[in-house]
Amino acid sequence: MARSTFVYVTYIRTTQERLWSALTEREFMKQWWFGNYCESTWLAGGLWKNVYPDGRISDSGEIVEADPPRRLVIRWRHLDEPELAAEGDSYCTMEVEPFGTAVKLSITHTVEREPSRLITALSGGWPKVLSNLKSLLETGSATMNEPYPAAAPR
Amino acid sequence: MADRQDTDALFKALADPGRRRLLDLLHAHDGRTLNQLCEHMDMTRQGVTQHLDVLEAANLIAVIRQGREKLHFLNPVPLQEIYERWLAKFEKPRLKALAELKHRLEKPNG
Repeated sequence: MARSTFVYVTYIRTTQERLWSALTEREFMKQWWFGNYCESTWLAGGLWKNVYPDGRISDSGEIVEADPPRRLVIRWRHLDEPELAAEGDSYCTMEVEPFGTAVKLSITHTVEREPSRLITALSGGWPKVLSNLKSLLETGSATMNEPYPAAAPR
Repeated sequence: MADRQDTDALFKALADPGRRRLLDLLHAHDGRTLNQLCEHMDMTRQGVTQHLDVLEAANLIAVIRQGREKLHFLNPVPLQEIYERWLAKFEKPRLKALAELKHRLEKPNG
């Protein structure tokens, strides 16, 4: 079956453990994800949801694989916008690897259809979010603290 | 990009029309193999490979193995960093006014 994917990579001068905390702790996440945060037990089989700053749920699913602080696979279903919700399950893989004095973060998001509006919608916002995450971990403050931008991952 | 070296690699990677064409090709359709990219490039396979290596070193593309194939994906994260570092902070409103002026002046019969 045809497949749509995006792969985003960033190198961050931090440790695997600290990056893992940034990816999984609610208050940490809010700082770089424009107020969004995820809730989960972060254990394989656990439920997962992505929550807007106003408390509405944007996406939900389950943790497919969790190997802290290295690898996380989330079954990800969008709920908010009907057209994107209709595309069903997608899979988001986050990999955290040591790379010299830095850590390499790769985010791969895939859905088994081509073309995919969901992949297009999600891909628009990730670069901003990742760039924010990088500056937060490297400098202690996020570059952008504005309200949630229209094109960010939802 | 906190490191000067990273920034140098990034601008150097962008300073070549062939490499910019490869980025445009991936933007139009992501996840292509070397063969698929070569079809659209007027250069040897070896030349395309070298350009892809430079783009990968600058983190402008990510390469994923899928079975026996290597798929190339556009990675826009460093471009976002250039945007924040070199564009957003330099008087956005005036840049916008200039872009609008340029657009109006270059419009046919405008």
